[in-house]
Amino acid sequence: MAEILELAAGNLISPIILSFVLGLLAALARSDLTIPEAVAKGMSIYLLFAIGFKGGAGVAAHGVDTTLVLTLIVAGILSFGLPFIGFALLGLMSKFSTIDKAAVAAHYGSISIVTFVAATSVLEAQGIASEGYMVAAAAVMEAPAILSALWIVARAGGKSSGTVDAGLYREILLNGSIVLLVGSFFIGAITGKDGLDTISPFIVAPFQGVLCLFLLDMGLVAGRGLRESRGELGLGPIAFGMLMPLVGSSLGLLGALAAGLSPGGAALLMTLSASASYIAVPAAMRVALPEARPSIYLTLSLGVTFPFNLTVGIPLYTALSTAFVGG
Amino acid sequence: METHKAKRVEIIIEAALESRLTDAMRKAGVTGYTILPVKGGSGRSGQWARAGQVTRGSGMVSVVCLIRPERMEELLDAAFAVVEPHIGVVSITDAEVLRAERF
Repeated sequence: MAEILELAAGNLISPIILSFVLGLLAALARSDLTIPEAVAKGMSIYLLFAIGFKGGAGVAAHGVDTTLVLTLIVAGILSFGLPFIGFALLGLMSKFSTIDKAAVAAHYGSISIVTFVAATSVLEAQGIASEGYMVAAAAVMEAPAILSALWIVARAGGKSSGTVDAGLYREILLNGSIVLLVGSFFIGAITGKDGLDTISPFIVAPFQGVLCLFLLDMGLVAGRGLRESRGELGLGPIAFGMLMPLVGSSLGLLGALAAGLSPGGAALLMTLSASASYIAVPAAMRVALPEARPSIYLTLSLGVTFPFNLTVGIPLYTALSTAFVGG
Repeated sequence: METHKAKRVEIIIEAALESRLTDAMRKAGVTGYTILPVKGGSGRSGQWARAGQVTRGSGMVSVVCLIRPERMEELLDAAFAVVEPHIGVVSITDAEVLRAERF
């Protein structure tokens, strides 16, 4: 326990967390600090490319094994299954409509790639190795939760006037983040260590600095979201935003044990299962379930669960995975 | 200079719906339009600003179309089918254009 607290305290005073806190406080204090949209987009492309490439290079170095296939299957099952648990928990902890509950549940089955990136940087700082193909697991977990949520709405008799067509499926499966992440993963896997050495001054050395600035922006966005939706969420939904990551990460730990991941890989699968989407799923929800309120699902995902995972979750998942998976 | 009567239809819609709207317009034979970014605003769904949106889905765009008055119904039918369940504003104003053959 003392070890977990020490780890959490060490994590809290890292530059990435403090950058996030700066953004959060600046937004709550109504400062005019903003990161231009194009810069934020550029940083997100950089982070996705770097994390995908490094993951691919890791696979090239260590090879492909059956754990990879098992991990991807487990990741898909988690993303499909978590929305059902989220939906049931919201039934107990909120008074949201069926459509709002399903939309929130979809966010919690899918993943936040920035939380994943932050977790990899924490693992790297602690010298804990992880499987490079966890990047592929992240890509696999993006979309299935959306299908689960749409199925929940259909089964619960909830009527939505949204559009679910081939165009939506294409947007979900081929959204820019997934294409870039998977694409750079393959480039890394094909070019291996030589490829990584060639571009490492660009994708390795500046990574932490870019992540700091990106998290500053995320803090600003989360802070603005919290300010604007004050009073929209009750205590129950806020508690859900902190309970659901713990439920998700516990199932992620079981999945990691079943797949035979290393402690580092288990920590990342736990983080993926605990995190909630705020890019791919909200866009899909606006098209498929337009009646679902963004002020609920974005505030929960970005304003509650993201900071929770960043400050408490990641050190907790790292400590638990080390304890249970053995290191 | 000679001017001709036209209608200016402006549709402010969620960015996630942009391609669906323009596809519907093209299917209705409307091939000329301009898409503008929207900086922010306030309405029934609350206040929002372009700065600080992490998700493409929560931003808005403005699709502006100048069209001959007799073709407007067609455009509105196509646009309304897309816009109806979503956040958005559809407005029509009288306009005058030069070079009528282009509209």
